[in-house]
Amino acid sequence: MKLIVEAIITGILTGGIYALMASGLTLIFGVMDIINVGQGALVILGAYLSYALQVNFHIDLFWGLLITMPAMFLLGLLLEWAFIRPLKRDRPTLSILVTFAIAMIIEGILGIVFTNNIVQLHSWYVDASFQIGDYYLAYIYVLSFILSIVLLGGLYLLLYRTKFGYSLLASMQNRTAAQLIGIDVEKVSAITFGIGVSLAAAGGMAYGATFAFNPGSLYDLISRLLVIIILGGMGSLRGALIASVGMLVIEDATAVVLSPVWATTVFFLLLIIIMVFRPQGLFGQLEGRKQ
Amino acid sequence: MSFLEVNNVSKSFGGIHALDTCSISVQRGTVTGLIGPNGSGKTTLFNVITGYDQAEKGEIFFDGKALINSKPDHVFRLGLGRTFQLTRIFPRLTVLENMHVAAQRVGTRALLSRWSSSHEQRRALELLDFVGLTPLKDLPAANLSYGQKKLLEFAYILIADPSMILLDEPAGGVNPTMINQLAERIRTLNRQGVTFLVVEHNMEFVMSLCNPIMVMHHGARIAEGTPQEIRKNPTVLEAYLGE
Amino acid sequence: MVKKIGLVVLLIAFIAFPQVFSNPAVTTIAIFTLMYATATTAWNIFSGYTGYIALGHAAFFGIGSYAIALMCLNWHIPGGYIPFLLVPVAGLIAAAFAVPVGWISLRTRKHTFVVITIAIFFIMQPMAFNLRSITNGSTGLSLPIPTGWGGTYFNFPFYYVALAMLVFALGVSWWIRNSKYGLGLLAIRDDEDRALGLGVKTGSSKLIAFVISAFFVGMVGALHAYFQESIYPAFAFDPLFDIAIALMGFLGGMGTLSGPILGAIILEPTQRYFTMQFSANGYYLIIYGALFLAIILLLPEGVVPTANKYWLKWKAFRERTKNVSNESDDGKGKVRP
Repeated sequence: MKLIVEAIITGILTGGIYALMASGLTLIFGVMDIINVGQGALVILGAYLSYALQVNFHIDLFWGLLITMPAMFLLGLLLEWAFIRPLKRDRPTLSILVTFAIAMIIEGILGIVFTNNIVQLHSWYVDASFQIGDYYLAYIYVLSFILSIVLLGGLYLLLYRTKFGYSLLASMQNRTAAQLIGIDVEKVSAITFGIGVSLAAAGGMAYGATFAFNPGSLYDLISRLLVIIILGGMGSLRGALIASVGMLVIEDATAVVLSPVWATTVFFLLLIIIMVFRPQGLFGQLEGRKQ
Repeated sequence: MSFLEVNNVSKSFGGIHALDTCSISVQRGTVTGLIGPNGSGKTTLFNVITGYDQAEKGEIFFDGKALINSKPDHVFRLGLGRTFQLTRIFPRLTVLENMHVAAQRVGTRALLSRWSSSHEQRRALELLDFVGLTPLKDLPAANLSYGQKKLLEFAYILIADPSMILLDEPAGGVNPTMINQLAERIRTLNRQGVTFLVVEHNMEFVMSLCNPIMVMHHGARIAEGTPQEIRKNPTVLEAYLGE
Repeated sequence: MVKKIGLVVLLIAFIAFPQVFSNPAVTTIAIFTLMYATATTAWNIFSGYTGYIALGHAAFFGIGSYAIALMCLNWHIPGGYIPFLLVPVAGLIAAAFAVPVGWISLRTRKHTFVVITIAIFFIMQPMAFNLRSITNGSTGLSLPIPTGWGGTYFNFPFYYVALAMLVFALGVSWWIRNSKYGLGLLAIRDDEDRALGLGVKTGSSKLIAFVISAFFVGMVGALHAYFQESIYPAFAFDPLFDIAIALMGFLGGMGTLSGPILGAIILEPTQRYFTMQFSANGYYLIIYGALFLAIILLLPEGVVPTANKYWLKWKAFRERTKNVSNESDDGKGKVRP
């Protein structure tokens, strides 16, 4: 019983980390109608950047975000401008392949620079835990969760309290209509992509501190993120959050109750089951005759 | 019983009642008009009749058969075709290939047969000739002008020999010469036995072509009659000029 | 007429190839190229014609691999020619799996569909690891080794079986392309809702194409397994397989007949070359990814359709210049400027 409660708590906390990574993905889809299959690679890139800053310059992981997040925001702008914007025809399909190619290149570069050895981000709060009642929690879980709350909260404020946020929401609802009322949809798309990538930087730090990783981790990561955003409903931030936490809790609980071996399979099986009964996910819309 | 009968159909989107106990009936052999101010529910009605949307309440009968909650392909196979406000053709297929999509064969015969028998080919060319698109038959449909695409959409529905066609703003965005050609073709087909239900905003077009005309407002039918009657009907004028 | 003669010549060239270039290193690459050409052609039957990008076909490749391995194991099939007969059976087994998988996946529209196919793959792969009693876990299974096929000869039967599979797949693809059914698929690609409204049975059409493509991919998996003589989960269920066939399909031209083959002929030997030159994984990925990007950005339609466009333009240009030179002689022997 204790194990299950622990699993649930861990699931909720790590769910927060996944929510951070998934929100960027679902945001990009909502505004640009493309699936950034490279998000997993970008998260790992963020993790390695934090790693490099810490190992070479002894910069604390959280402070390092002040460097990695803006840097990756710019990277996002660059990627969008160079590789997504030129796609004129058939953008949804081709962008999947383009972003996958970007992921491959990132994986290659990381493999060369950092080798394929498995690493993990370290700090006092990663290795130490504190006690609540009968349970031991690593500090990093809680701190990452707080980070997620802060960033997702910031994102919420950005979307619902700023003019730019309204432009973004409008573009998500109806791209053509947004253009008609004077919103520079291209600029909104570029910035959205940038935001999505910088969220990946933050998620990467949290991920890298919580789990061991190497360049190859991106495959597993992106498949989970994709499952999460589909389950939550593509384009829905609320859905991404709920799906992340839900999936992680179920996965961790399964690992405890059944066996770790089946935990991952359950993850994907759940997707299949939901797809049979509700193809649009929890909060998504039934795809239909969109203009 | 009338050819197409819609009884007390309701449909809402969120809080908006797109269709509110709407009842219309179309008699066989007519070119019936359907007009109404923007937002009166005309396109929603078409969507519900042809299966692209589901009604929440009410019944629909076409040629005696119940249509409620049917799928679009089923409705089409019963002989009821429709066009769309924003013309939908298959851009990457040639004009001729577009024609053949609608001439479907069922089951294994579809797998085993080439995409056009000589009979279908003749019919397709006949229809392309009817709408005047024959010289363009091997071009990808994407290359056509807007008006030409409208004609193509009109033609490819005809290859399935529908007994009734719902036309959603056929004259929209089309130049005056072509509008007359369109009206002529509709009249020819009507003489050959095809029933039409036409939604249009172009009053001249509707008044000269259709009889009877029905008027919708706020999701329900508010008037029905000959063009002259409709022109003089105070309820209709009020609906258009706003309350 | 010219086209038909050309095809026959090509076929003869393919048949003669291993006799002429009998070096096993060369024929091995040829076998892989043929297998990828078949797999891409099969993938094209579904993704190229309907426009639904499936990125989980590696699952069917793996099912085919394990199917043939298990059949040989349980029925004590000796090495030699007999296992080749089991290749189509493995294909049918993969196709059988494709029915429920396709049915579930195709309930969604294009974006979600891609992800579901990826998810299906990520369920199959760990299952291969975990169902130890059937699949022998990460140790994998071995296949019967044909004795008496020494040296150069070994590759020949595999080459011809692979060639036969390609011809078969190509034939089916060609047939579909010219049938009423195929027209329905292409209509689905352009505007699925409209196609549905015109009486096309979109649901069953898509599913049938999906199952057919799984059949061929399963056969490729089976042949591959027999060729490699042993399989294990990461090898049989390899995500890079999906990327490879998608890239070959796009490079060659989606929805065309020769495109997939061209894509395979260009990319497979290149891939082999790179793996040999740059054994350091990193460089290989960077170059491959960059190549990918270049192809998508510069040749978004693929080689065959783009070449076709230029060919038509050139033909039209020739027509026009021919007419001009005819016109400019105004009958009086003078050439108008």
